[in-house]
Amino acid sequence: MKTMVTGSGSNLLPTGHARIESMEMRGIVKRFPGVLAVDHVDFDVHAGEVHALLGENGAGKSTLMKVLYGLYQPNEGEILINGQHATIKSPADAIAQGIGMVHQHFMLVPSLTVAENVALGLRSSREPLLDLDIVAQRIVELAKTYGLQVDPLAPVWQLAVGEQQRVEIIKALYRGAALLILDEPTAVLTPQEVDDLFGTLHQMVRDGHALIFISHKLHEVLAISDRVTVLRDGRKVGEIPTREATKESLARMMVGREVVFRYERSAVQVGPPLLKIENLWARSDRNTDALRGVNLEIRAGEILGLAGVSGNGQRELAEALFGLRPATQGRVLIAGEDVTGKDPATLNRLGISYIPEERMIDGVITDFTVAENLILQTHGDRPFSSSIFLRPGQIARRCTQLIENFNIRTPSQETLIKSLSGGNIQKLVLARELSRNPRVLIAAQPTRGVDIGATEYIHQRLLDQRAKGTATLLISEDLDEIMALADRIAVIYEGEIVGVVDRGEATVEQLGLMMAGVHAGQA
Amino acid sequence: MTPSRTLRLDRLLDLLMPVLATVVALLIGAVMLVLMDADPIRAYQALYEGAFGTKNAVADTLIKATPLLLVGIGICISFRGGVINIGGEGQMIVGGLAATALALSMPDARAEVLIPACLVASFAAGAVWGGIAGVLKAYFNVNEILSTVMLNQVATYWMIYLMNNTLIDPDQLTAASRIPETDRLPRQSDLPRIGGWLDSIYDWLGLGGADAARWTPTLLHIGTIIAVVFAVLVYVFLWRTTLGYRIRAVGKNPRASRYAGIRVKRYTVLSLLLSGGFAGLAGGIQVLGVRHRMSAEGGAIAFTGNAGFNGIVAALFGKLHPLGTIPASVLFGALLVGGNKLQRTVQVPSALITVLISLVIVFVVSSDLWSRQRARRRVAVAAAEPAASPGGSAAIEMDQAK
Repeated sequence: MKTMVTGSGSNLLPTGHARIESMEMRGIVKRFPGVLAVDHVDFDVHAGEVHALLGENGAGKSTLMKVLYGLYQPNEGEILINGQHATIKSPADAIAQGIGMVHQHFMLVPSLTVAENVALGLRSSREPLLDLDIVAQRIVELAKTYGLQVDPLAPVWQLAVGEQQRVEIIKALYRGAALLILDEPTAVLTPQEVDDLFGTLHQMVRDGHALIFISHKLHEVLAISDRVTVLRDGRKVGEIPTREATKESLARMMVGREVVFRYERSAVQVGPPLLKIENLWARSDRNTDALRGVNLEIRAGEILGLAGVSGNGQRELAEALFGLRPATQGRVLIAGEDVTGKDPATLNRLGISYIPEERMIDGVITDFTVAENLILQTHGDRPFSSSIFLRPGQIARRCTQLIENFNIRTPSQETLIKSLSGGNIQKLVLARELSRNPRVLIAAQPTRGVDIGATEYIHQRLLDQRAKGTATLLISEDLDEIMALADRIAVIYEGEIVGVVDRGEATVEQLGLMMAGVHAGQA
Repeated sequence: MTPSRTLRLDRLLDLLMPVLATVVALLIGAVMLVLMDADPIRAYQALYEGAFGTKNAVADTLIKATPLLLVGIGICISFRGGVINIGGEGQMIVGGLAATALALSMPDARAEVLIPACLVASFAAGAVWGGIAGVLKAYFNVNEILSTVMLNQVATYWMIYLMNNTLIDPDQLTAASRIPETDRLPRQSDLPRIGGWLDSIYDWLGLGGADAARWTPTLLHIGTIIAVVFAVLVYVFLWRTTLGYRIRAVGKNPRASRYAGIRVKRYTVLSLLLSGGFAGLAGGIQVLGVRHRMSAEGGAIAFTGNAGFNGIVAALFGKLHPLGTIPASVLFGALLVGGNKLQRTVQVPSALITVLISLVIVFVVSSDLWSRQRARRRVAVAAAEPAASPGGSAAIEMDQAK
């Protein structure tokens, strides 16, 4: 990765497009009413290197990159490409200059195929007819060159998140991206998919692409980048070559303090089993058996971590437990009561809370205010409602309390959810779910895409809940998270539980083998 | 400029946007008038006078605005609930039929009984008509746009059938002309006129003028007040009640609503039920307050005056807010009434009025898109993390606390 290929050989990329030898942003300032989002930041990247942009949520990383991609106009500063002043007024300008961006939230049309998505907005070579077969062929070529496995004829809605990301990268390359901005590309990926992505990125760098890698995950930044720039509160805190950086030094720069995932774990007396899953079967959206006889038991005051590579039935399990997906066989028992097939309203009343994986789609209503979202389940109950009318006074009082207790950063209760950051939205979901003091908590990827500060906070809250006697099912693809929180760790593979190990006995190596489908005994 | 002041100006601009859009539309209309050799100033003067020039004109405008408002508040409910109700016409017709049938079957009932009963019946009939589309949508996944449009046809032909057979005025059966209409409804079913009340208020305020400028002779009826009261009630319903909260939640994000335990299908049905109900009430009020009989002469439009569709436009103009729909309905009522006068005065084809109204719609809809873009930009602003600058977020907070 540290090979600098500038100046070697031809000036063209394998895609046939010109390279961007250097891109320089000088003294960029971006102000929003009331917020100085980016404060005189210099940033540059060269062909054949990965420059990581590190910072907590809201540090200004995305804003800076949106300036480069033409989504925002800077208030001050200039952008130079290959030493020439460049005017980038829109993403179209950026693409024309050879800049591509893979957004954190994918910009794909789910009902269209991969090829159709790639061709979208481009001229066909044989207008007025489409040239999808040519596009598809080109996609296969690109896929081969960069190790981006993808079927051009598959509709996007059928693809896993990792595959969708590959489509986004192909889309950018197809449009001639010489400089590619990757905004938190690993936030949604499984460990295996992260490896694949890194393989692709290595290949791109060898071929002379310039890459900007936005992240707040330290080990990934250390693994992939050549240089790191750290932003904090819109200002550039530092820029160092990656080989001189350590996890600790970067973390210190990023948050201004030391961070360790070590928590005080109170010794909790585990109680009776609260959640019991017996031989549970359920089907996936594609009508295959996603769960194939899952058996699990979680006791009061216990966190059971469910590890596994994504797409092995985790989502289906969470949905089946919460009454959102019918079970084809088996039973779910809450404190001994059979709740199989009950709807979410009933389960809410029985004391189950669910932190969904897709928080923006399933967890909150983005067009509703903070207050309205905090009462999503309880709006019909006293004291928030007199059965007919909502009681704004009571609602406001509770919201003030939750915003304070859970440290949700929002301008006001009347702010729309869509204007909060990911970490704060997740804190809001957490506040709503935990404040109902659940007997059983299902937490799916509770810290995905959330910055370190908020992650620590959420972890602490889950442990507090454990101390209060909640039985927690923690579904996560982040092994560090599971190792830090879980009392017992179950591993799921192709819809079956491969094994359950106690916290003390689990090693990363053993869990890794189990995640690949090797049974605990064999490992 | 402080951020809070910028924000406030932004909001003011958003509120004024429909007005500005209307002005621009009228300016373009003026160009068209000039091209047609008509004097635009005289034309707009006529438009204004036709709509607001006399008490009688104002009354006409308000009478035309009433069904628009009732349909419009129903549209607010359905659109907020995430369903698109294009069936206002059909719902108005069945509402009108229900009120007519009931009034004809109770010729001796007292007004205090008959009028409320007829209005309730018209609401119920419209609700059933809308509810059918709701059930089809929620439980059989039938697109509500298609089903409501088709139900319009069903209602129209049902009306024509009833007007020619079951409900036809017995006198018409023997007459040579055989007009397909009902007998005049019993007098007790006429909605009370409110001109007299308005005049006493005017007199009490010392504003009472010459005889010519009094409200009493106008046809203004209590239906207008009923519509305004319901607009306020629907506002309260949508934003202050549990059911309204759920309707809005389902409309904005059915998945999250389902996760939260809201029974999504029920609220889809309820939105269309209520939406249809208000359109039905509009039909009932048209019958009891204006026409006093049902007639198939001139087709469905002669009865609804296209209010089932124009109400959608009024609601969109009012930003899907029941209170915003009030001035929007008055504006469209004024364009309809004033348009007649404009046409007579400057001798332009009646199609020009349709063009003018359409221009207003086009501009308002585009200005709304523009506002939304600006709002998105504002959101992007806030997404740059309020936490990044405590000073900034405090300013926003102060602004939002008013």
